[in-house]
Amino acid sequence: MMIDYLPLLILFVVAAVFAAIAIIMPSLIGPKNPNKMKQEPIESGMIPFTDARQRFPVQYYMVAVLFILFDIEVVFMYPWAVLLNKLKVFGLIEMGFFLLILLIGYVYVWRKGAFEWD
Amino acid sequence: MDLSSIDLRAIGAWFHGLLISSGMSQTGIHVIEALVGALLLLIFGLTLVIFLIWLERKLAGRIQDRLGPNRVGPYGLLQTVADALKLLTKEDVTPLDADRVPYNLAPGLAVFHVIMALAVIPFSNRVIGADINVGVLYLMAVGAIGSMAALMAGWASNNKYALIGGFRVVAQLLSYEIPLVLAMIIPVMVSGTMRMNGLAVAQGSIFGFGWFVWTLPLAFLIFFVASLAEGERAPFDLLEAESEIVAGYNIEYSGMKFAWFFLAFFMNSWVLAAIGTTIFFGGWQGPFVDQLPALGVIYFLGKTMILFFVQAWVRATFPRLRIDQMMSFCWKFLVPMALVLFAAVAIILKLNLPQPLEAITLLVANVAILLTGVTLLGRTQRKALYAPKRAFTPTIPRL
Amino acid sequence: MTLILFAFLALIALAGGLGVVLSRNPVHSALSLLLNFASIAVIYFLLHAQFLGVVQVIVYAGAIVVLFLFVVMLIGGNIGPYRHGSRTVTSVIAVGLAAAFLALVVWSVVQVLPMSATPVGAPDAGSVQAVGMALYTDYLVPFELASLLLLVGMLGGVVLARRYQPFAEDETQ
Repeated sequence: MMIDYLPLLILFVVAAVFAAIAIIMPSLIGPKNPNKMKQEPIESGMIPFTDARQRFPVQYYMVAVLFILFDIEVVFMYPWAVLLNKLKVFGLIEMGFFLLILLIGYVYVWRKGAFEWD
Repeated sequence: MDLSSIDLRAIGAWFHGLLISSGMSQTGIHVIEALVGALLLLIFGLTLVIFLIWLERKLAGRIQDRLGPNRVGPYGLLQTVADALKLLTKEDVTPLDADRVPYNLAPGLAVFHVIMALAVIPFSNRVIGADINVGVLYLMAVGAIGSMAALMAGWASNNKYALIGGFRVVAQLLSYEIPLVLAMIIPVMVSGTMRMNGLAVAQGSIFGFGWFVWTLPLAFLIFFVASLAEGERAPFDLLEAESEIVAGYNIEYSGMKFAWFFLAFFMNSWVLAAIGTTIFFGGWQGPFVDQLPALGVIYFLGKTMILFFVQAWVRATFPRLRIDQMMSFCWKFLVPMALVLFAAVAIILKLNLPQPLEAITLLVANVAILLTGVTLLGRTQRKALYAPKRAFTPTIPRL
Repeated sequence: MTLILFAFLALIALAGGLGVVLSRNPVHSALSLLLNFASIAVIYFLLHAQFLGVVQVIVYAGAIVVLFLFVVMLIGGNIGPYRHGSRTVTSVIAVGLAAAFLALVVWSVVQVLPMSATPVGAPDAGSVQAVGMALYTDYLVPFELASLLLLVGMLGGVVLARRYQPFAEDETQ
């Protein structure tokens, strides 16, 4: 059991070390003459103004909320999919009920225009 | 990767024997073998990317009636190496007011997530990093780290284009993850396992050609379209969109740090192609694979390369979508279609039909749902096209 | 071996938790939270609860933290430290709540003493099959209630987001 995950753990460490090298290496190898002009954020020829981290349209928040909900739904569906041939017909009804409730929400969200971008 | 079970059994056995003769404990041997496997996987990934970048540039060149790279090395093969060397010697510029911790962490995280994704890809029957019980969900989890890296890069750069790009990526990656995983659940349902190797094993019937793509073509189509979006490829490359937001979230990165994002992009595409191969095209399955296991690696790499080629082909051919088109295509077309397909396949599997009949029913259901979906889409689109337009009202596109 | 790993991961999780509380920048807080969630996911793996571990990464690290970041950026990430009302009152309430929570945790830990770092129960009690079987037979009602919860979440999200959309002319468009 645990031995299944040992390669994963080792790969985790190897990948993390590699990523750390990847981050540190560029600042060691390359030349270093910073100046203010060079470090300004690029704005296609305009002089940069204000901080870039401005407020954002609420639409993105909507996408994140919908994603979480559908994500959890899918996470519930996966064990069910694995067990499909072991569960009885009642299992099908269970999942049908689960999906039906979510379908109500999906239709509501659609009708409310949450999937429209403008 | 458990070396003792690799197809090149002689080398594995020799190495295993060497470790045993050195008088190490069982755990120690496992650790060393896993370490060697992990390093092999890492080296394989990095070498592969060098080749993939060349391949994609060359393909795009040929498709668009250009030559592509042809100066450095034979057929321009060493172009990527030259590029990497050049990027290595470039200055690492950090923009003023950048949020340093996430700014530096982001490229590392991007590389980290693609390397981790390689772990559960079965190259052949026994050649797999870790054949874990939750393979498909593991890939989903690793993918989540990738969108995090893009968001961090976009936020930390203190650049307006980068921030727009970062937000777009996350919106796109999050949205398209839903149809992607809904499409992946369908083969899981048919085979009853989430192990990546188990999925490949389940497709071994009919002389190694019992691939899920024959019975579940719609699931594969949804998967493929969603994987184009997950791989940030045209027509879903809104996050790069050179002509609009310059380069998206990685705009402020220079030198090697940019190269890591580039590497992660190509490796991610390849990993998605490999997942598609494993889940829908039988992975390492093929004729005579039982007699000669090494053939499995060749089959797997060949199929993956074909899928990667199609991705590159699409990228070189199609123009970019608008963000509202992209979002509504996902939420109003792919997700409902995937949900309907999920329900249909579940019911068909529960009917317990005899084998050839079940496969035919699955195929018919897939095609019927696809045709219905496309017809409905066409009808609504045509209606929108011929709808009476209001007097000139410029719509202001949101970010 | 397991114990050492556990201690290491617990330290990382604690560091992440402290980072959430102590960071001045809300974005850094969210990223510390990510660290915390990730190390807890690995602890789940150590306990042989593979399904829970993966779900922890997918749902918490992948989705919830992104949502937090979006919310932080929605209200403007550079607003600086949050100051509202008296500091002493806030800290008294915070310390009180923290103490209550700590008491709750200690109480529930004492309930299950003695503990061990190795998992109890069947060796594959945390596998997808086992979790799914329990979920779809014994815990059927909670499972269906979860879908209602998701429905409420969906409605709540739409209602919240709609209120702030000044340009929406036609609700049903």
